[in-house]
Amino acid sequence: MASVWEYANPKKFIDTTDRLLPWVAALAVVALVGGLIWGFFFTPEDFRQGSTVKIIYLHVPAALMAINAWLMMLAASLIWIVRRHHVSALAARAAAPVGAVMTVIALVTGAIWGQPMWGTWWAWDPRLTSFLILFLFYLGYIALWSAIENDDTAADLTSVLCLVGSVFAILSRYAVNFWNQGLHQGASLSLDKEQNVADVFWYPLVVCMAGFGLLFVALVFLRTQTEIRARRTRALLARERLS
Amino acid sequence: MPELGKYAFEVLSSYAVSLALIVALVAVSVWRARAAKAALDDVEKRIRKDG
Amino acid sequence: MIALLSRDLALAVRAGGGFGLGLAFFLIVVVLVPFGVGPDEALHARIASGILWLGALLACLLSLDRIFALDWEDGSLDLLATAPLPTEALVSVKALAHWLVTGLPLVAAAPVLGVLLNLPVTGYAALVLSLLLGTPALSVIGTFGAALTVGIKRGGLLMSLLVLPLYVPTLIFGAEAARRGADGLDWTTPILMLAGITCGVIALLPFASAAVLRVNLR
Repeated sequence: MASVWEYANPKKFIDTTDRLLPWVAALAVVALVGGLIWGFFFTPEDFRQGSTVKIIYLHVPAALMAINAWLMMLAASLIWIVRRHHVSALAARAAAPVGAVMTVIALVTGAIWGQPMWGTWWAWDPRLTSFLILFLFYLGYIALWSAIENDDTAADLTSVLCLVGSVFAILSRYAVNFWNQGLHQGASLSLDKEQNVADVFWYPLVVCMAGFGLLFVALVFLRTQTEIRARRTRALLARERLS
Repeated sequence: MPELGKYAFEVLSSYAVSLALIVALVAVSVWRARAAKAALDDVEKRIRKDG
Repeated sequence: MIALLSRDLALAVRAGGGFGLGLAFFLIVVVLVPFGVGPDEALHARIASGILWLGALLACLLSLDRIFALDWEDGSLDLLATAPLPTEALVSVKALAHWLVTGLPLVAAAPVLGVLLNLPVTGYAALVLSLLLGTPALSVIGTFGAALTVGIKRGGLLMSLLVLPLYVPTLIFGAEAARRGADGLDWTTPILMLAGITCGVIALLPFASAAVLRVNLR
């Protein structure tokens, strides 16, 4: 089996993802639509939270992908720093807006879900607050990419920012927990596995998580292709201008 | 439609916003992908013609 | 290194160097707060430590672009980078200069401004110590942000967007220490966390700052 580093070659990446993309996209649609329909129509209400428990099928997968997208960007940034594969840097750039949208979905659904319980449209619950900070990190990362013209410089600077940002995001998580530990004890929004999520909720949730994950992969494939092509176009135009 | 009771607005608006964001993200990504491919094909054709 | 430090300090305090602007901004912000929230002094007392921390933080933020901007513009940054001094030391000295010129005066001014906001007596020690321990982190983190954006024209707003989320842990623990002090509670934990963050940042972030500075000077 060939090494995964072969896909660092931009052309090979595009060829391979061209073949994979239709399948991943189709699977994503099936899982997402199937999971959401299952959860929305075919699950009961929670005795405490009523029908709002149905928001879980959006909120939890989105929140998970918000974190996973950043982790993927971190890995891709490290690969760029160490091995200087352009595809890696471009993949990180491609993933960021997807992660940012996932974060917004997590925030909006989290806030809406919290409203009936806390009576306000926004609550400085530690988890929601951490996601708000994560959103700011995403914005900064995306903004830095856009602000720099030279592709290699942009890749270098944004990869370091991603690294430093990751450390501070973790620090912020602990700081925010410390900051709001006294309030809303036990009223956190997520239903962890340990909290006995009944099977009837858990299975459609897993399908939705798979759907969001596959959606992320499909979008990153597509968007990285775009970045590769855009970069090549810029390079060709620059060469044209010089000759 | 399942019996959503008093939380109908919350549940429906969550779904509406989330799906709208996802659809928008996909639409923009597909649009940019097509534009990038067209632009690159354009430039490559031009270079092959002149080169 | 000492030479670089004295040079930066001298540049900062001479006319046009911007010394005192941070202090003036701090004063203005604190004066504006009662206009924003109303004259109720009990309210001021409750929010004083937070406002003072925020004011100091913002005053630091606004002076960050001075760290590298002048040297970048006249080309001396390139010279400094090629000097035998390691880039990590260069950025550390720059951060130290920023702290001495901007951060430290803010620490001194804070208790004076605390009077304006009716800060409870118990809060002064916590406020000064938390700012004393926290402002070095603000300078070092700010230096990273400045190094990151040094090549970007009018990159001040972008730098703020990048730096402010990095300030969150320091702000949370610093303001929490100050607030607990003002409320008469024990403030050991947050002050220790704050000190820990500052030490970690001083020790490790210069490597990242140096890396991005080298990228921008290529």
